[in-house]
Amino acid sequence: MESAPPPFFRTGPSPLARLFIFTILALVLLGTDARLRYLETVRQIVSVVIYPLQRIAGAPLSIATRVSDFFTTQSSLQTENAKLSQQTLTQSAQLQQLALLQTENEHLRKLLGARERLKSRSSFAEVLYAARDPFSRRVWIDKGSQEEVQPGQPVIDGNGVVGQVTRVMPWLSEVTLITDKGHLVPVLNTRNGVRAVLGGTGSGDTLELKFVPLNADFEVGDQLVTSGIDGVYPPGLPVAQIVNIERNAAFIFARILCKPLAGVSSHRQVLVVHAERKIPERPAEEEPKKAAPAKKGRRGGAGA
Amino acid sequence: MDVVARHEILLPVKPGFIVATLTGAVLLNMMPWTGWMAWLRPDFVALVVLYWVIDQPRRVGFMVAFLLGLLVDVAEGALLGQHALSYTILTYAGIALARRVRMFSPAAQMVHVIPLFLLNDVVVIGIRMLAGADFPGYRYYISGIVAGALWPLVALLLRLPQRPRENDHG
Repeated sequence: MESAPPPFFRTGPSPLARLFIFTILALVLLGTDARLRYLETVRQIVSVVIYPLQRIAGAPLSIATRVSDFFTTQSSLQTENAKLSQQTLTQSAQLQQLALLQTENEHLRKLLGARERLKSRSSFAEVLYAARDPFSRRVWIDKGSQEEVQPGQPVIDGNGVVGQVTRVMPWLSEVTLITDKGHLVPVLNTRNGVRAVLGGTGSGDTLELKFVPLNADFEVGDQLVTSGIDGVYPPGLPVAQIVNIERNAAFIFARILCKPLAGVSSHRQVLVVHAERKIPERPAEEEPKKAAPAKKGRRGGAGA
Repeated sequence: MDVVARHEILLPVKPGFIVATLTGAVLLNMMPWTGWMAWLRPDFVALVVLYWVIDQPRRVGFMVAFLLGLLVDVAEGALLGQHALSYTILTYAGIALARRVRMFSPAAQMVHVIPLFLLNDVVVIGIRMLAGADFPGYRYYISGIVAGALWPLVALLLRLPQRPRENDHG
């Protein structure tokens, strides 16, 4: 029982006044979080507090998965084992060739004077759950800043690119999938070397090639790999395959829909690539006197 | 002062019980729902907060709803303040309708409560659309209706510790 009688008359601001105060506070927080980045530390602190709750909440599903894994039949394990050892055999043969090709590549690049390719290492992570926000395609993985995961690192699985790390907490990271609406990947068509930009649509598992003119050389079935010119995704990783092309003369750009090659929304095991990319510095701006005749020349060239 | 209007004297609510139910609601919100259940999943925190705002307005008010909204925002990776704002509006609607809602049976309270949860969803979607997202489709509102459908169950469950013990009679 309470020791003091409850306050019978509510003092303080009326509910409507409180509504206004808290609404304004919430709007200020929203504006700050949407435009500026000051609230990241607040978010980190709160996420450390709720991390045990997140693990507890995810426990039933992981326990259920483990229990159902425990009860697999021996015959299915045997077939999976046979398939995996066959895969390992073919892949180790390919790896032996890869080492040879890498040394040859380095040698050739030195001969040409080209910058050498940087090797990257990757770490294994597991997808915990998808972010509940229905507007964005993001998932959480179980490696965080304690395991040297940094924002911007690409995340891949066995078949291709899955996404990019966007937010890093001490023990968890948030990965934005390539199917997210605002996410863009610069890609290269393996058939003819044409470059384009692949963006997510936010709906289902479709990706769309953006800003592709009507007469560009793309066909259904083309494989798209990362071109590496953004400095984020290492070049040569498979991303998607074209499934549908619409060329309508009423629009400036063709509408090209693609299907991602990686199991973007299904696979649970992914690799985080700790790629160190060094891009050469931008050349310094020329002085205005020298730039003026150059600008005129450029304008003439553009107008012609 | 109780949600389910019965004619019996109830034990007072322990604050620990309120904290436990709110924590349980946050845990349920954070569980990894996949596939079609991700659309059906109601906002458990909104459900429990609205119950306590109507039942214990002195203990659970705007401040608790606001802080829980911030917690849910960080857990879901949403903009900070999105759910804080929607829970604040939900709390105000709960306070405004509390005396009326208490007069009805739990089943009839569902009718009052479903629009409040839909309003909660509308505020969340509105903020995201202002921040530049697309409309996710009308099936997003199913979770609000599911939350309203769960209301009688929640009301009865959360009232259980308040029922008098047998040996208290006479």
